[in-house]
Amino acid sequence: MQLESGLTCSKEEGMETGDHESSHDHSVFSEPEARVRAIETILVQKGYVDPAMLDGIVQRFETQVGPHIGARIVARAWSDSNFCEALLRDATSAINAAGEWGKVSYQLIAPPNTDRLHNLVVCTLCSCYPYDVLGLPPSWYKSDAYRSRAVLEPRAVLKELGLDLAEDVEIRVFDSTADTRYLVIPMRPSGTEGWSEEQLSRLVTRDSMVGAARAKEPSELGHE
Amino acid sequence: MNNVHDMGGMQAYGPVPKPIPIESPFHARWEGRVFAMQMATMMLGVWKPGVIRGSVESLPPAVYLAASYYQRWELGLERRLIASGMVTADELSAGRASRPGWSLEPPRNAKIPPNKAPIRPGGSEAATPPAFQVGQTVWARNLNPPTHTRLPRYARDHVGVISAIRGVQSLPDAHVLSDREELQWVYGVEFSCRELWGAAADPQAKIFVDAWEAYLERV
Repeated sequence: MQLESGLTCSKEEGMETGDHESSHDHSVFSEPEARVRAIETILVQKGYVDPAMLDGIVQRFETQVGPHIGARIVARAWSDSNFCEALLRDATSAINAAGEWGKVSYQLIAPPNTDRLHNLVVCTLCSCYPYDVLGLPPSWYKSDAYRSRAVLEPRAVLKELGLDLAEDVEIRVFDSTADTRYLVIPMRPSGTEGWSEEQLSRLVTRDSMVGAARAKEPSELGHE
Repeated sequence: MNNVHDMGGMQAYGPVPKPIPIESPFHARWEGRVFAMQMATMMLGVWKPGVIRGSVESLPPAVYLAASYYQRWELGLERRLIASGMVTADELSAGRASRPGWSLEPPRNAKIPPNKAPIRPGGSEAATPPAFQVGQTVWARNLNPPTHTRLPRYARDHVGVISAIRGVQSLPDAHVLSDREELQWVYGVEFSCRELWGAAADPQAKIFVDAWEAYLERV
């Protein structure tokens, strides 16, 4: 598998084998591993960072923060019109006031999709992403191809990602900054009347909240 | 800075990689360490959030393009540590500290601090009322600063319409260079793809850029 910019990362096998600690024992490191090890050693020796704290940050993003948070927020917006209005008005305040999903630490905008209008999120200058509600960005979002083309030919990019929109559907592409980030509210699939928030959240995928896909249809559940 | 990081509109990067439905945030142990060190060093308060981004943007183009996402951040962190004087280049090549660190309190908890100045949608901290109103036509200035900016090149020297007043935020161009906070109004600005890319562009596509007031001028 390739990461962004065509550069193959030395330890992508880690995706299959799991992130095991045995890499510590290898005497030969690929270049980034050696450089990262050098920086960490120096920062710890100088008392600038605490390795346990680094472990804590990594663990938080590996196990706690992820798209399941955004999925619950979208499901709440689908089923609670007061929350939906608050979310559209000021997503940061609405999420922080709910008190269930941690704290969003930047201005978050939540544009809703309709059958006439589709929203898509990109960050052309780096890869700003609403990590508080979606976790860290996936490879495709960080890729140079996505960053360069999403603003030039969004309909073609969406088609490539598997979302074929009619020519007359308006596409709005939001180019994020570090201070203002976006969480797309996908359309609620039909046939979900009376579903609980938990059930609805299973339809809301990571990519649907970036605008790169629709929410799942009820018939797609249980097929992964 | 005009450099390859500002890639909106480039065409030679090929197809977008196929999304992996459930992807771990880090593909190797070192990627997680880079991310965590970037967070942890920022919390020391020596530099502001966004400063390492400026270091990444000034990487030589060939280095930037050959590096993976977390390699870019790692190289940016190295440059920033050296530029700040917290670590020397000699120490980095030796892989160990040769002199004591500054006396800074290492942050102990893994929470992420609020991103720069808190957002004030009411504009209570703005010195002036917003210069532009929703619906107003504006021109994105043709600015080419040799340092960090958030106005992408594809939007420069184009005409758009104010779609939203976002609130008051610290101008990144200023706070990346110094500790100076320059609070400015930020606007959502809508550009049609035809305005940005010409007559052959998608007539039903629009790009929204969040622009600090200093990036805009009335038409």
